[in-house]
Amino acid sequence: MSALENLTAEGKELLRRDQVWPFLMPKQQAVDVSHQVILYVEGLNLSFDGFKALNDLNLYINDGELRCLIGANGAGKTTLMDVITGKTQCDSGTVYFGQNHNLLERSEPEIAELGIGRKFQKPTVFEAHTVFDNLELSLKTNKGVMPTLLARLTPTQLDRIDQVLEIIGLKEQRFMLAGALSHGQKQWLEIGMLLVSEPRLLLIDEPVAGMTAQETERTAELLTSLAGEHTVIVVEHDMEFVRSIARTVTVLHQGSVLAEGTMDQVQNNKDVIEVYLGEEA
Amino acid sequence: MSQSLSSIARFSASDLFKGKGQPGGRVAPFVAILLAVTVLASAANLLLPESSPFYVSTYTITLLGKYLSYAMLALAVDVIWGYCGILSLGHGAFFALGGYAMGMYLMRQIGDRGVYGHPELPDFMVFLDWSELPWYWLGMDQFWFAMLMVLAVPGLLAYIFGWLAFRSRVTGVYLSIMTQALTYALLLAFFRNEMGFGGNNGLTDFKDILGFDLQSDTTRVALFAITALMLALTFITSHWIMQSRLGKVVVAIRDGEARARFLGYRTDNFKVWLFVYSAMIAAIAGALYVPQVGIINPGEFSPINSIEIVIWVAVGGRGTLIGAIVGALLVNYAKTRFTAIMPDGWLFALGALFVLVTLFLPKGLVGVYDQLKAHFAQPQSKSDESSTPHQESAKEASV
Amino acid sequence: MKRYLALCCCLLSLWLNPALNSVYAETDTGKTSTGETTTASSPHIQQLLTELTQKSLNKAVPVLEKLEQSGGEAMLPLFRTMLDGNLYFIKANRQVISVTKAESGKAFANVFTGEPLPEFTKKQIKKIRVNNRLRGYLRDAIARIQLSSSDPAAREKAVRNLLSDLDPSTIEAIQSARVNESNTAVQEMMDLALAMHKLTNAALAVDQLEAIEALSGSLESEVRNLLARVSESENYEPAVNKAAASALVKIQDKVEFYAFIDQLFFGLSLGSVLLLAAIGLAITFGVMGVINMAHGEMIMLGAYTTYVVQLMLPNHIEYSLWLAIPLAFIVSGLMGVLIERGVIRFLHGRPLETLLATFGISLILQQLVRTIFSPLNRQVASPEWMSGSIEINPVLSLTLNRLYILAFALLVFFLLQLILKKTSLGLNVRAVSQNRNMARAMGVRSDWVDAMTFGLGSGIAGIAGVALSQLTNVGPNLGQAYIIDSFMVVVFGGVGNLLGTLVAAFSLGIANKFLEPVTGAVLASILVLVFIILFIQKRPKGLFPQKGRAAE
Repeated sequence: MSALENLTAEGKELLRRDQVWPFLMPKQQAVDVSHQVILYVEGLNLSFDGFKALNDLNLYINDGELRCLIGANGAGKTTLMDVITGKTQCDSGTVYFGQNHNLLERSEPEIAELGIGRKFQKPTVFEAHTVFDNLELSLKTNKGVMPTLLARLTPTQLDRIDQVLEIIGLKEQRFMLAGALSHGQKQWLEIGMLLVSEPRLLLIDEPVAGMTAQETERTAELLTSLAGEHTVIVVEHDMEFVRSIARTVTVLHQGSVLAEGTMDQVQNNKDVIEVYLGEEA
Repeated sequence: MSQSLSSIARFSASDLFKGKGQPGGRVAPFVAILLAVTVLASAANLLLPESSPFYVSTYTITLLGKYLSYAMLALAVDVIWGYCGILSLGHGAFFALGGYAMGMYLMRQIGDRGVYGHPELPDFMVFLDWSELPWYWLGMDQFWFAMLMVLAVPGLLAYIFGWLAFRSRVTGVYLSIMTQALTYALLLAFFRNEMGFGGNNGLTDFKDILGFDLQSDTTRVALFAITALMLALTFITSHWIMQSRLGKVVVAIRDGEARARFLGYRTDNFKVWLFVYSAMIAAIAGALYVPQVGIINPGEFSPINSIEIVIWVAVGGRGTLIGAIVGALLVNYAKTRFTAIMPDGWLFALGALFVLVTLFLPKGLVGVYDQLKAHFAQPQSKSDESSTPHQESAKEASV
Repeated sequence: MKRYLALCCCLLSLWLNPALNSVYAETDTGKTSTGETTTASSPHIQQLLTELTQKSLNKAVPVLEKLEQSGGEAMLPLFRTMLDGNLYFIKANRQVISVTKAESGKAFANVFTGEPLPEFTKKQIKKIRVNNRLRGYLRDAIARIQLSSSDPAAREKAVRNLLSDLDPSTIEAIQSARVNESNTAVQEMMDLALAMHKLTNAALAVDQLEAIEALSGSLESEVRNLLARVSESENYEPAVNKAAASALVKIQDKVEFYAFIDQLFFGLSLGSVLLLAAIGLAITFGVMGVINMAHGEMIMLGAYTTYVVQLMLPNHIEYSLWLAIPLAFIVSGLMGVLIERGVIRFLHGRPLETLLATFGISLILQQLVRTIFSPLNRQVASPEWMSGSIEINPVLSLTLNRLYILAFALLVFFLLQLILKKTSLGLNVRAVSQNRNMARAMGVRSDWVDAMTFGLGSGIAGIAGVALSQLTNVGPNLGQAYIIDSFMVVVFGGVGNLLGTLVAAFSLGIANKFLEPVTGAVLASILVLVFIILFIQKRPKGLFPQKGRAAE
């Protein structure tokens, strides 16, 4: 008898008009940045065979900020990015995108769809495709199987690609196979691929490695121009480059934050001098 | 749907005739040649007297039909291996499953004309003292149902297998070994009499299909023609898929799966559906193969069969649809000739083919052809050699 | 052993010595046939034998009794021949001979030495007839003689043979022998026989229960039969019925336990075969990352090497195996180096192509063997010391060849582990497998290391072939049957982890053997395959994955 009651109660619950069925609820919710913070990383721990890659790491990134992460090799910069983008599972801690998206529960494509783009340390572009195709694949569109099968480029998307080609300076090479590009050009293409996808948050791992001074300068310009509209996190070893773009710098050391502040503050920080810059001075 | 139709129409109007030199291109000429050969061969068999020098024997027609179904099978492997980089060593399983579904239909068509004259049970079941049809044989006497099963069973198997494998990111060699294990497991299973598929002997002694006598010339020619048509159809469909953005994503997955994932593509879904598509083509090929050769037995599941398909594709040139077809036709023709002259030598030749192709012809015959062409075309257009083929499609897109 | 026995007997009874020689040592047969000092031809015995040929059936027993008393163990062949109805005598000189049916007509031999004799026509010889009474007597006499044998194992066997046919006279013999028996195993067996006798013949239920008590726990099938009979028979009191039934259950439990051990043994044996087959692969695939589809053919080459060695040395089967092991290692290893140098090194970093090319090689090797030898399977003989089995108790016996292969597999495994851990080759191999470029920068000749590693892996496959040739027939498809299983083992255990391979091989082997009785052999291997497929879904890196950033 009570089973029947339960059933009717459940049925009523199902038929409530003021609620949407959970499975019909759109998964894609806007990122809630009402507190001006877009990324919350709290208490992150991760160890590989006893080596603590991340050690109780806390990091908050404001919406529209350009943040530089620096730190010696093994400080956990790339690992942090791996955790944020869903490539690596962490042992404990939380990572929230805005206030409403728990990134640790999501797979890489889902995280990408939320608007987090990533550039790898080693440039990875689709070498068998042309520059144009590379950008086309990166467009912010429905990336399901059927929509992709039937997709046609809209004029708006085409404009967007042209625009990005202009920005990354590969207009001439648009029909070249990406595999034939130089190292620097590949770096640019990868940044371009991030741009066409119109992400909220860009994670950029060593963008100027292998670039000439001139290219580096242009990259710096590009990244600073991106900030504001997008949030950008840059990992870089080139101190000159970091100085030229950074407003806030976070120093990682042995898997946790050592110091945070402007470049000058950080450079004068005693701890930092000791463990990182000290070696160079 | 209308969108897809319009894109097919667009595709056939533009790409079909301009696609020369493009990877997987040359659609129109190929389809034209295929259909012309089909029509000519059929006519030569049916219309000409046997004494005519142009007469094509029914044996040759059947042989051609067999080759064409192999070509379809190669196409299936190429779609998954050449474009998506998934080396399946188990596609023979899908081929055989499709074949078995067709074989079950043909078995049911025998009716009471079997050796034991049982109205419903195939001979081997009578022999095993079975009293009634197993449940999975029910409905197989209906052609439409059997054809549905031809697609559904291998498709479902591919879906489940792919879903399990790709979701847990099994890639590369592991995946290959697993596909091989899959077909090996099926081989063992189908050898068992209790499975109800004729055990060791498989299904054979077919009489007719849809009421047409399987031994008659007209039926044979019709089967051959249908095979050719299906090959053309699957070829065009595959070409269309590979030219779409989906095709680009698939190649992107092959070259940088992690990158594709970070761009927001659920790569496992793409792989699963491509795998299912490929499995279904293989199954259709199997279903067309069985009425022509008149038998299906567990031997078709043996791992070596599956791996042979891969070498057809490798010989022709993987990543180009036409290469797969050409490779399948050439290698099988060579096999027929070789086994007739010196039966023992074939395995040596096949083994050597594996080694030589992987060592010296990584892009297959199509690659050699392209290289030669590029070599001769070089003086004229040195500067935009690599960009020519792609310029067209992209231009088109930008219009 | 035999020599030792003979020596003992020499000391014990001097006059019996020549007879023993005639029974045990073939080299002495020359003496016996000339017949001056042997017991069999001693005047007394000779006279009795002649008497035997003259007496009618009914009067033969006293003669036989005398023979038993004076001849003792030397009379065993005579009694056995007579029991089988093969005892004849030559009419001319009344000498007894054995006549057995052979492939071509009949074989004539000296009864005592087994030495062949020239052929006789039917008219020259006459059969010494036996009837049931005589047969019964002979059987008992044989058992009695054996009871006094100097070999404890022979005595135990004699008692066991008597279990099925206990009559008062044998019980008497056992009882008297029991008094002087010093060997515990034989004592137990004798007690068992006495208890059985007691159970069937004792009048009092108390005695019967006592007998059942003594019998419970024995695994002899006769005991089980007797207990089963007693538990159902109405001639016994209900309490006895019940006790017999419960003793039977106890025995049944024990039998089941040993059946379990037996299955476990077979599982371990299959596991050891899998280990041998997979361990080479674990090196080439696991350590080098090279997938070698021709690995199975390396096993096959090893097996054929064993076959060829035996063909070359047909008279030294006992030792040919010791020669075959290093030879197989060299043959397969060289072939491996050849493949690595000729093909695989050009396909570095392209695993799928390597797979295809090596598959091609496997086809060529198979066909080569088919052409050189034959497509048919070949039998490789096992040396004497490997055949037979250790009988632990009546329901559990471990076949020696499987036991040896189990030990051999473990030995190979630990040797390999040692090579990889303790030698400079091992260090180089591990260095190259972890970081090829770095290793090269440190001056490791990665080319050389690759070739050596591949040779090592292939060579071990060859050794596996030697072991396999002792279990199955050798054929061109031998390797193919193991290749998928081996891959499964390596993948299951975790690539690049030899210990994982060990665990995986044994667990798969045992799982297979335990599934087999439930599902049948084919379904069992299918189930195991499916299980591994599912397992790889869950843990793509195997049971013991390599952790950390280096693994990515």
